[in-house]
Amino acid sequence: MGLVKYLKSADLTPWLEELAQENKVFAPRYEGDAVIFAPFDPKQEISIKHAATMPPKKTVFPQSEKLVDFTYSKDPEDLSRVMIEGKEVLPEGTAVVFGGRPCDVRGFTMFDRVYLAEKTTDVYYKARRDNTSFITLACEKPETTCFCHWVGSSPYDATGSDVLATPIEDGYVLESFSPKGQKLLTSKLLENGDRWISKGQEVNENAVESLTDAPDLSRAPQKLLDVFDNMNFWEKAAAKCLSCGACAYLCPSCYCFNITDETTGMKGTRFRSWDNCMSAQFTMEASGHNPRPTKAHRLKNRVGHKFSYYPGIHDGVISCCGCGRCIKSCPVGIDIREIVQEAINHEPAIG
Amino acid sequence: MKFQEELKKCISDVMPELDVVIGWCASFDPLHATPHFMRRKEDIDKLEISPLSVHNLATYLPGLRGKKVGIVVKGCDSRSVVELLQENLIDRKDVTIFGFPCTGVVDQSKIKKALGHTGNVESCEMSDTALVIKMDDKTQTLAMAEMLADKCSSCRYPDAVISDYFAGEKIGNKGEKDVDYAAVEAFEKLSVPERFGYWLKELDRCIRCYACRNACPLCVCRDHCAAESRDPHWLSQENNVRDKLMFQVIHAYHLAGRCTECGECQRACPVDIPVLMFKQKMNQEIREIFQYEAGVDPEATPPLLSFKMEEENITEKVW
Repeated sequence: MGLVKYLKSADLTPWLEELAQENKVFAPRYEGDAVIFAPFDPKQEISIKHAATMPPKKTVFPQSEKLVDFTYSKDPEDLSRVMIEGKEVLPEGTAVVFGGRPCDVRGFTMFDRVYLAEKTTDVYYKARRDNTSFITLACEKPETTCFCHWVGSSPYDATGSDVLATPIEDGYVLESFSPKGQKLLTSKLLENGDRWISKGQEVNENAVESLTDAPDLSRAPQKLLDVFDNMNFWEKAAAKCLSCGACAYLCPSCYCFNITDETTGMKGTRFRSWDNCMSAQFTMEASGHNPRPTKAHRLKNRVGHKFSYYPGIHDGVISCCGCGRCIKSCPVGIDIREIVQEAINHEPAIG
Repeated sequence: MKFQEELKKCISDVMPELDVVIGWCASFDPLHATPHFMRRKEDIDKLEISPLSVHNLATYLPGLRGKKVGIVVKGCDSRSVVELLQENLIDRKDVTIFGFPCTGVVDQSKIKKALGHTGNVESCEMSDTALVIKMDDKTQTLAMAEMLADKCSSCRYPDAVISDYFAGEKIGNKGEKDVDYAAVEAFEKLSVPERFGYWLKELDRCIRCYACRNACPLCVCRDHCAAESRDPHWLSQENNVRDKLMFQVIHAYHLAGRCTECGECQRACPVDIPVLMFKQKMNQEIREIFQYEAGVDPEATPPLLSFKMEEENITEKVW
């Protein structure tokens, strides 16, 4: 067990202010009617009663980031010779993300397998990942769209988190899960948490008890491959899909991006920005051929990737953290749980 | 809904001639409905019409062109169907329209605001006047009139303006009162920096998912949108609020005189950005200049799809 501390509710803002002296601190707050992770501002109330509308994905994987600034120059001796000089723009500074949920933060562990792989490490991702700490809030009660327990997690799963905060009466039980987390818990505002441990455990256990039974998804990877060529299945599943990117951009574990060079005159920038497999352009090839020409092909990819192809190459880990945002924020209420279960229960027609 | 059984029978009678009929059915919790694609008779049993039938199903029609499609429409949705017909984007002979008397649909954002959250809804009973929602061991009653979408309170066409079958008693068009642009007018009283500041703040949280565009029944460019064109590269990929605003302006201009203000753009937005106002402003201008209302008359030509040598309300520049 790591360090255990207790924080009084009244000391939350002072603690975040303290952390903000050395780090950029992100916390969820209302912007309009949506709750998003924004730079912490003690003058603005944070909103942590319920899971935020947007996960804190952008804190490590920004919606758009500069990778390289480049400049063209011409050789004065030979004007047809154009040279290019590039300068890598690496992220700087440390950040603390407060108020993500276990599902939100666990999503980054699915990024890690891709961006921090042995052969290829994404330096931009790595810089932010290494320099960002997560103080995660355990959930007290699952929502109707929550299904973290279907995909191997729980309302108090600390995977990927540095500190897990369990809300109890008038305060939080804080437990560290990494050296980074331990460092965060050295503040004088925190008191020894030993006598609150059992209270915290009670909250955690109650949350687990309020979950409904989870179906067995162990057959999902194979079953999804079985229906890969069954376009009737996918056309039915995708009939109501609008092919927008809300599900992917709200997903804590969707990590796809696009690269764009934008040039003005002799100067330019290479951007990396979020992309999503629901967009027709995602797989559009230079020839004009699109291997995923319809929304049915695209939805198949999104579900297949999370519940079959990714687990197939990553030790069976499902790349869905069960936060349910793709369900509750889908403009037409597509339910990924339903599609996966239909695939599992699908029996091919005989003959 | 009293007319629901009548409607089911209607659909059941015509279904053999159709490839699919689109309506609504229950969704992931008692507070949400979802579009329902009915292909077999047993699918009809699940059809549910209620104030939760928020989606404008006309959005699906251009994508199903060539198929025989049945569609259940509210009054507002039927205006999108009319506009699609006017623009020759769907074929009248292939579309079978089922109308019903709509008494309004809810605005999920208003319910969320009233209750604080809607993550744990256990049950939702609806009457003409109230929503009774059970959640977190509490039962809360919300006045239906206060939870209806803004478009419903000023709705003039509760019945479908075009239909092949109509279930239930028609409510009739409501009054002569013109559409109310009070909100737009109030906003316009603000100074330019205030207005610009408002949009910079609101659009800052845009994630460029384009749900607003894809939910729009009249955004028919679909996979060939200016927003994502690489060459020419109209919009920067930088996380730049001005480019997000630019897209909204492009969207609104493309919809000028075509938009029926169904509000799907705003409803679809996962981060609740009030993007409908852009289109309302365009429509207000179109009304003033052309005395035209989109999606009411299948025979009419939208003003920006036609050309007149001399426009009555546009003063030529005097050289």
